[in-house]
Formats: sequence, C-alpha cells, structure tokens
Amino acid sequence: MILDKIHTEKMFLYYSEKVALKDISIKIPEKRVTAFIGPSGCGKSTFLRSLNRMNDLIDGVKIEGKVMIDNINIYDKNIDVVNLRKKVGMVFQKSNPFAKSIYENIAYGPKINGINDKKQLEEIVETALKNAAIWDEVKDRLGDSALGLSGGQQQRLCIARTLAVNPEIVLMDEPASALDPLSTSKIEELIVQLKEHYTIVIVTHNMQQAARISDNTAFFYLGELIEYDKTKTIFTNPSKKQTEDYITGRFG
Amino acid sequence: MINSIRKNIKGIAIEGITLISAIIIIVIVIVMLLVIFIGGKDHLTWEFLTSFPTEGMTKGGIFPALYGTALLVIIMSIAAVPFGTITAIYLTEYAKENSIIAKTIRFAVRTLAVIPSIIYGLFGLGFFIKFVGAHIDGAFFGGELRWGQPNLLWASLTMSLLTLPVVIVSVEEALKTVPQDLRAASLALGATKWQTIRKVVLPGSISGIMTGTILAVSRGAGEVAPILFTGAAYYLATLPGLSDQFMVLGYHIYVLTTQSANVDQTLPIQFGTTCVLLLLTFTLNMSAVILRYRIRKKKNR
Amino acid sequence: MTKKNKVKSSKAQGSDSQPSDLIDITRKRFRVGDFLAEKIIKGVALLSITIIVLIFFFVFREAFPIFNTSKEVKKSPTELAKQDTQETYGAVTDVDSKGTGQETYGAVADTLVKKDKTPAKGTYTVNAGSGTDDNKSALNTMLTKDWVPVSDKPRYGILSLIIGTFKITLISMLFAAPLAILAALYTAEFANKKMKEIIKPTIELLAGFPSVVIGFFALMVLATFLQNIFHYSTRLNSFVGGIAMGIAAIPIIFTITEDALTAVPRSFNEASLALGASKWQTAFFVILPAATPGIFAAILLGIGRVFGETMIALMATGNAALMDLNPFESVRTLAATIGAEMAEVVFGDTHYNVLFLIGSLLFVFTFILNAIAEFYVKGKLMKRIQGK
Repeated sequence: MILDKIHTEKMFLYYSEKVALKDISIKIPEKRVTAFIGPSGCGKSTFLRSLNRMNDLIDGVKIEGKVMIDNINIYDKNIDVVNLRKKVGMVFQKSNPFAKSIYENIAYGPKINGINDKKQLEEIVETALKNAAIWDEVKDRLGDSALGLSGGQQQRLCIARTLAVNPEIVLMDEPASALDPLSTSKIEELIVQLKEHYTIVIVTHNMQQAARISDNTAFFYLGELIEYDKTKTIFTNPSKKQTEDYITGRFG
Repeated sequence: MINSIRKNIKGIAIEGITLISAIIIIVIVIVMLLVIFIGGKDHLTWEFLTSFPTEGMTKGGIFPALYGTALLVIIMSIAAVPFGTITAIYLTEYAKENSIIAKTIRFAVRTLAVIPSIIYGLFGLGFFIKFVGAHIDGAFFGGELRWGQPNLLWASLTMSLLTLPVVIVSVEEALKTVPQDLRAASLALGATKWQTIRKVVLPGSISGIMTGTILAVSRGAGEVAPILFTGAAYYLATLPGLSDQFMVLGYHIYVLTTQSANVDQTLPIQFGTTCVLLLLTFTLNMSAVILRYRIRKKKNR
Repeated sequence: MTKKNKVKSSKAQGSDSQPSDLIDITRKRFRVGDFLAEKIIKGVALLSITIIVLIFFFVFREAFPIFNTSKEVKKSPTELAKQDTQETYGAVTDVDSKGTGQETYGAVADTLVKKDKTPAKGTYTVNAGSGTDDNKSALNTMLTKDWVPVSDKPRYGILSLIIGTFKITLISMLFAAPLAILAALYTAEFANKKMKEIIKPTIELLAGFPSVVIGFFALMVLATFLQNIFHYSTRLNSFVGGIAMGIAAIPIIFTITEDALTAVPRSFNEASLALGASKWQTAFFVILPAATPGIFAAILLGIGRVFGETMIALMATGNAALMDLNPFESVRTLAATIGAEMAEVVFGDTHYNVLFLIGSLLFVFTFILNAIAEFYVKGKLMKRIQGK
C-alpha cells in the first residue's frame, strides 16, 4: 500500500497580501517521484519551498490551510523548523556547493547533527557520494575544492550533500535546468534510482523530463493546481483544457 | 554651423575644467607623497626605526613611537574588530532591512563615522579616564591614582570607538557578497541560523573582515586627536605597559614640529617620522584597496 | 556506468546515529547556542547606539558644571596670593593670542616651551579652587571675543573661535568643494575606464592620509609655497589651514558626489542624449541637477570634517584667537583650542568645563549636519530620482 507522505488541504499562500497560491489540495505518495509542471510564475516553486518552510526566509509570506507531512501540520506553531528541514531536504535550481572541499561539503550536514567520529563521517560521505552517482568521479580528490567541479558534478554533489543528512523527502527545484544534456540525463537516472528510498518532489520546466522520470504529475497555473494525476494520464489524456494546451505547447 | 562649433568649444572647455580638477587632486597627492618621501627617505634605516630618541629628541630614532603605535593598534583591533564584525552580522543576518532598530543602528554607525576625532578624545577623557578609571581606582586601589589617568589602554579603547564604523562598513559589505544561495543550502540541510553564520557566512567573508581590520589599523595608526589627552606622551625613556602613557608616531610628529624648542634642528627627524607614518598607512591602505577590489570582483562574478 | 550504482539506503548502513524516523519535528527544540548567539549579537549591535548616547552624556556631563553658578565659594588668601604671581603668565598667553609673531609656529612653540618652564601649577589651583565663582564670569564672558583662559581674570570668549572656525571652513570649502565636485563629475561622466582606475584609488589613498601628515605638509611646504605666491606676512594663517583642511575634505566630498552622480538613472542620460543634447550638456544640465541633494550632502559632510579637524588646525593655522576676516591672518579654531589646551588644564576646573562645552558645541553641530545629510537630503534625492 502506498502511503501519502505529504498532503495539503485548502492551502493558500499570500505574498504581502497578494495571493500566490490558491486553494491547493494535493496528496503526494511515499517513495514515488512527483513532478510539478507549469509555466514560470505559476507558483510551483513557491509551493515546493513551502514544503520545508524555506519560504520562512522571505519577509511577508503568510500561509493558510494545512500542509501535512506524515500527518503532522508543519505550520503548527510547535514545529521545529530546523528538524523539519533535516527530514525534508532540498536541492536548488542553481548548484550551490560551499567553498569547501568535496568531503567537507558532504560532511557538513552530519557534522551539524553532531556526528564527529571520523570513520563514521567517512562512511557517510562515501555512501552519499555513491548514492548520488558521483563517487567514481571524485573519490580520488575528496580534499579538492568543490568549486572545481563541473556544473553537473556540482549539482550531483549537492544532491549527495542533501542525502548525507538522511532525509525522507527530497525536494528538487529544477535541478537540471542549468545543465547540459549529458549531465541532465545523469541526474534523471539518479532521481529514478533514489525513489527506492526517498519520496521525491521535483519542479521542472521540461515536460519531457517530467514524463520520463515521474510517477505523478501536477500541473500548476496562475497559483492554482489545475490538474493532478498519474503522469501517463496527464500526458496522454488530460482532463482539463488548460493542461492540454500547456503540454501540447500552446503556451508557456 | 558657427553655433555648433561654439557649442563644441564650450563642451571641450567644460570637460577640460572637470579633467583639470581631477588632475589637480592627483597632483596634490603625488606632491605630498614625493615631498615627504624625498624628505624622509634618508631616515628609512634600520637604526632609525630601532633606536630611542637621544639628545632631547634632536637625534636618534623613533623606536618607542613605533612600539607604542603597534601596541595601540593591536589593542584597538582586539576591541574594535570583534564588536564591529558582530554588529555587521546583526545588520546583515538578523535585522530586518527596514526595521526601526536596524535603521537606528545604521544611523548611529554613520554618526560615529562623522563625529570629529577630537570629540572621541573628550569622550575618552570623560568616560574611560574620569569615570571608568576613577571608579576602578576607587574600588580596587583605595583611590590611589592608577587607572584614572591617561594611559595606553584608555587611548586604545578610545581609538577603537573611532574605528568601529570602519570595521562595520567593510564587514557588512563582505557579508553581502556571500550568496544567498549558500545560506539557503545550509538552512535546507537543517543547520540553524547561527550554525549557518558560523560555518558558511563568516568563512566566506574572511577577506572582508581582513579589509576592515587593515583599514581600521591604518586609521588608528594615523589619528592623533583622540589620544592627545587620553594617553599620548611627549617623551618616554622606557617602553610602556597598559597603564602607562606611551609614545606614538603621529603625536611624535606633532610634538617635534610644534612643541620642541628647536624645530629646525629636528627637521630631518620630522621628515623621517612623517615618512614612516605615511608609508605605514599607505601600505595598509593599498592592501585594503586591493583586497576590496578583489571582493567586489568576486561579487560581480 | 552510473546505472550499476544501486542506491543504498544509508539507514541500512549502521551510520544511523540520527535516523530521521526519530527526528521529532513536533516539539520546538530550545537551542541554547542559537538563542544566546542571537541575544549577544543583538546586544553588541545596540552598542553603536549606546556609544552615541554615552558620548552625548559624558561630553555634556563634563561641560555641565559651567552652568552651576548658584554656590559662591570664597577664595582663600593663599589662593589670591598665588594669583598675583601668575600675572605675567597670563600676559604671555595674551601676546600669543594676538599672534604678532611673524613665524607664528615658532612663536607658538616658544610660548609652549615657556609654559613648560613656568611654575604654572598656581594658576590651575586657583581656577580649580574658585570653581563656581569662575563659572559665573565664564558664562558672562562666553560671548565676548577675548579667549584668555589662563590668567588671573580668565575670559572665555568663544566668539573669536567660532568666527575663526567658520572662516577656515569657508576657505576650505571654497577650495575643496568645486575641485572635488568637478573631479567627481569628470569621473562619473567623462572619464574612461583607465582614468577611473587612476582617480578612484588616488582618492582612496588621500582619504587614508593621516591628518597629522597633511598638517605637517601644510606646515613645512604648503605655507612657504603659498607665501611665495601671495606674499602675506603671517606664514601660518587661515588661508594655509583652510587649503590643508580642504585637501583633507576632498575625498569625502568626491566620494559622496560621485555616488550621487552614478545613482542618477542612466535613462535620464539616454533621454537627454536622444533629444540631441551633447555629453557635456547632459552632464551639466541633467545629471548634475538631478544629483544636487547628494552634492549638498557631500558638502555638508565635508563641512563636518573640516569643522572638527584638529591636527591640521593645530599645525597650520597659527593658532591665534583673532577676530579678523582677513584670510591671511592667523586663526584659532574650536577643535584646535580643545586639542591645544586640554592636556594643560586641571581636570574639573572652569577652563576644563569650558573646553568640554566647546566639544559639546562641535558634537551637536556635526550631529545635526549628519542628520540633515542623512534624512532630509536622502529623502529628497530619492524623490527626485524616482519621481515620487
């Protein structure tokens, strides 16, 4: 049986009194890849960022309704946001490695969690890099600066960094939009492999990408969730006109 | 036709005036550098730098003044750099840009930067010496005059107040060059705000903190007005401790040029000392300019 | 190749010191480190405000006793006797303040040396002892032109000091403001990249010149140079001091003006050029007016810089408290008076209080200048540029 890892009910997001997300109700299943698609400015990234409360960093953002993860409303006033973000990791659009060594980048999260044992750290780093399919490329230069890696490698490093914290959910905000096709396909493969252990939510501009890697797809338009269904259904037999227009490339 | 030529001439003349203004400023700077350097270059010897003044300060070196200047800027930095850095961290990382408290702090910092340095001297006298020092003497030394008088510590602390805005402004600029992405990445990994600042933001702005420190040191090494009556001494035969008055380069120049009985006799030493001070601040400022240039380049990348 | 890498759960690896199943998000954890860090950082940040308040408080506090004239203290005969012995000393200062010496800096030095030799303590004790009595006369003499603080009948007329300060400020601004503003206009509007890379670091270097070095330059070189041109008799005078202070103020005026000029939107520029105006017309009739509030702020802060400048005033102005509008006469500024006399007074006597009162004046004046530059000018600049 597939559990719903995340679900929202009648969620509204206001940005300085302006409605940015309207009445979003969605159920995202565990250990599946769920893709959010839609034209830019439709609110899909904003929605993604509200799933680990990264929007808290922006002044004037207000959220109404329920955002539940494991049946806990993460906007409850008692929620520990720091721990929430350990549970719900995030990979950003632009790769953003720290100006530290490859090793230190991965070890950053575990160290913050109080793991200081050198052997244990090495193990975590190795596992995370292997899981992110970049181990073979960097295993001989873990001490080198992460900024020396190529764009695609940097992004996989950032994925590894997220995995090293051992999250349950990984949110990805257009992780391959700035990459070349080869790196993109590597990341896509990786995402498919990762769903064995993680619930993955990915925002993408690229409809082919959504079609290739996701199990479910949600289409956002002007701050509203227009349609949400099995990816196959969305791309072959959408029920809403707007969805069809979008995936057939009539706008966006 | 004639009209347009006339217009052109006027344009060239006006642009020329602005250019000449710029050149005059550059010439002033070059002349000052040259005059002082040529006048003092013969004194740039190891001996001059490492020996005590002799024969009523008409001969000998400037070692105690150099030593005092070094101690002054070190103690000053120990006080000003951490406080300045922390203030900058508050302004960029914690305070909301438009909150009243942030605006007030920024106004205070800019005010600190424009208060005449002599006022700092008065404050150092009124606060550190006559209030803090006098109370320390009263409480621990039975009223015996020990800290309630001008000394190195009070002068350094006075100077640290003066240089505080220099540090704050430089560090703030550097903190702003740390990309927002990196803060987000750290927070998304479950780091707390303070962990993020400590492990990502601060390491990323080390060069800015360095720039601020260098600029502060340069400023502190050259200022005289704040220490005129908070600790600077005319002449000392021994090297100072924290509770002693001390000799310092800038004050030494002032004393030699205006307060000594035989100004002409000490002329070479005056030029030598000024040249040393100018080279010191010049080198420090140059390195700060270069460092800051690099930071800005990094930001624009 | 990457396909072979099967994803292994790190949970299954035994590296699970904190498996996420155990992460409790439902209870807000109290993190002592973060809590303390934030409180301490905020506390330290508030220090800047505290310092301003403390400066206000302590500078005024030391000036305050001057207003305390209620209590009459009788002078003891011994003090009166001591006073008599000091007659000559007061006279010496009088001579000094009239600045009759040709080589004024030499004369000042001589006086100071004499000061050292004179058993000056007597005067100070008198002043200290006769506290409140002096205060009354001090206040009464405040608005006269005689600044004779060390004498048996001390007179603290700060009028000549104020006039002197304004005179020198005016001279320095007449010299520095046009130069710095025009140079900034050149840098912002006409200069190519290479010239910019020469001018800007030069200005930064000039900003880094210690004022005692500029003072030294003025005293040793500039004074003689200008005397050879203008043939005035008093070598150190308000003209020399004003020029030297102008040099010190150039970086401030330049930097702020240039910032204001570059803050003018490029669209202004383009619109003007599109209407057929030439580059210089645009610079002069469009950019410069749009940046006026900023330039005004630059001049205000330049004035603040000169007004409080101490070392240059001490070294290059001749230091005679004269009421004279002739720019080639010696002058004594408020700041220089504090700098020269504070080290010589007895803590707590009337002269000391008066010097602090002068300091309070300086402080209030620069504070107001800065506040105007900050609030009034910035608001206006914003309005003009954004057209609100």
